[in-house]
Amino acid sequence: MAIKDLPKEEYVLQGNAACPGCPATIALRTVLKALGKKTIITVPASCSAVIQSLYPKTSFSVPTMNIAFEAAAASASGIKAALHAEGKDDVTVMVWAGDGGSYDIGLQALSGALERKTNFIYICYNNQMYSNTGIQRSGATPYGAWTTTTWAGKKEKAKNLAEIVMVHDTPYVATASIAYPTDLYRKVKKAKGIEGPKYIEILCPCPPGWRFDMSKTVEIARLAVETGSWLMYEFEGGKLTFNGPSKGIIEGTKEAKPIEDWLRMQGRFRNLTDNDIKEIKNELKEGWEFYQKKS
Amino acid sequence: MKIIDTANNVVALAAKMARPKVIAAYPITPQTTIVERLAQYVESGELKAEFIRVESEHSAMTSCIAAEATGVRTFTATSSHGLLLMHEMLHWAGLARLPIVMVNVNRAIGPGWSIWSDCNDSMSQRDTGWLQFYCSSNQEVFDTVIQAYKIAEHKDVQLPVMVNYDGFILSHTSMPADIPSQKEIDDFLPAYTPEWKLDVEHPITHGNIIGPEYYMEVRYDMQISQQKAKKVIKNVDDEWNKKFGKSHGNLIETYRCDDADIIIVAMGAIGAEAHASVDGLRKKGEKVGLARLRVFRPFPKEDLQKIAEKAKLIVIDRDISVGIEGAVATEIKASVDGKVCGFIAGLGGRDVTHKDIMRMYNLAKENKDGWYSVEVR
Repeated sequence: MAIKDLPKEEYVLQGNAACPGCPATIALRTVLKALGKKTIITVPASCSAVIQSLYPKTSFSVPTMNIAFEAAAASASGIKAALHAEGKDDVTVMVWAGDGGSYDIGLQALSGALERKTNFIYICYNNQMYSNTGIQRSGATPYGAWTTTTWAGKKEKAKNLAEIVMVHDTPYVATASIAYPTDLYRKVKKAKGIEGPKYIEILCPCPPGWRFDMSKTVEIARLAVETGSWLMYEFEGGKLTFNGPSKGIIEGTKEAKPIEDWLRMQGRFRNLTDNDIKEIKNELKEGWEFYQKKS
Repeated sequence: MKIIDTANNVVALAAKMARPKVIAAYPITPQTTIVERLAQYVESGELKAEFIRVESEHSAMTSCIAAEATGVRTFTATSSHGLLLMHEMLHWAGLARLPIVMVNVNRAIGPGWSIWSDCNDSMSQRDTGWLQFYCSSNQEVFDTVIQAYKIAEHKDVQLPVMVNYDGFILSHTSMPADIPSQKEIDDFLPAYTPEWKLDVEHPITHGNIIGPEYYMEVRYDMQISQQKAKKVIKNVDDEWNKKFGKSHGNLIETYRCDDADIIIVAMGAIGAEAHASVDGLRKKGEKVGLARLRVFRPFPKEDLQKIAEKAKLIVIDRDISVGIEGAVATEIKASVDGKVCGFIAGLGGRDVTHKDIMRMYNLAKENKDGWYSVEVR
């Protein structure tokens, strides 16, 4: 499938309040094209609460329930239960949450919904920090990254939420990137057809937060994958499959582009020392080895 | 049908008969037996509903909010720390104008751990926009849960309702209760028709960012609806009385107040105890009455003003707004011109006996200027 073959219907409308070059908007646009009209979304506190625009207007043309920060997955369980009680099992329920609402404050509710097998799609659009409140560190912020709560660079590496989700015996887990919209579209479409909880995490490079020019969003997202900093995969039936450039990197058939190329494009990594870069390279290698053993 | 059962089992029965489509709940003492019984009803097929076994009370309330927003009737129950964990979502339910019905079994707050009756849990939720009822018998608990749905869902109200009663004193005590038939309940409480819902055929966004030019109106509308609820509560109680021959006194249940010089104001189980005390004092020739606050939100200001016109009030709080006095006493003082004596009693499940109430009465009677005191035995 090519980009021109994506459905023409738009569910994220013009005039929304996103920043120029906003990756979350690009991602949601693709995701909703895959899910279609019969979708109800629930959104915790996040950039997307703003992107929708101000009451009494909205730029989302599917029913949307905004909910408290830590509550998105529990909200999905409620919507799904009500729909089931009304015999409306053909409606997809999706959580659209950032990494803060997923990795940190929302983890308990996410774990609960996964454990009780809520039939929903949980999408974490990961911009690796709290963007909505400015640029603060989250559990998804990578080692060394500057944020307004880690001025000298984050001292800890990011946790791996997708792995946490996988050990919940989740039927479908995938990672995606806005630079590969047809891959994202295919994954969401596939998730829609699977019974039970589904989790998809999309890397969303944020221009103001990562400190790069708004015209570079897709380029940075692509380079994240090409350098192996972000791996794209699907986990289904206990099997892990890598997609796009990630496949070659993990299988050792394709050399990853130098990580420095990616780091250098972002102001948030401006203060990295040689030691920090060594640390990041080690972390990357460990990550690849972990997945080489797993796949 | 007459049954003899605990308030918790009576609540589970009432919730079942109200036909909620989604129940989301988490266990907490002394509420737990409500959740257990409801789970049984759902698993046995006696109640056709979705039961969401959530991982916390915060999620219980969230799931109820989301389900109610999707257009179905919901139920949950909690107590004490569970209610406090829900606090954020109680505000959310109120501002979202969702007619959720919840039972709260009043219990003290730790530390140290106390599982016994105390109203500080629900009192600290009084500004969330929820209507609050306080029951004094298992019969009243049943009647109030059913009525709560009708009140909450009324187009003039559209606000969530919290039905409270004392932990263990009522929750685990068997008392007789008359239970109408399912058909009679269905006639009284028809199927739920939401004012708005999440519907893929008519997409709306609920709860997006709201600027200063609208937010105040949302709060104002809640205030107006709480005021309107006073009439709705009275009408629903009248209708119930007409159908089933039972009234619990609309907003306030009064007893021997007509010629009283002193009126005791209390809520919940203390209200029931004070009922007996009034008889005891009357036998000694004391002109005393009882006004049991059945509804705390909306606050029955006008009714209290009428009561206070000719009598001095003794207010017994099973709660304390630390740094000032009992919350009910404060609100009554702000509402009436007359003398109000406030007592704090029964915190953390301490017994409030007839003897205690007699003592409060004598203390209040001796005092000529009106005063406030905390009595600790």
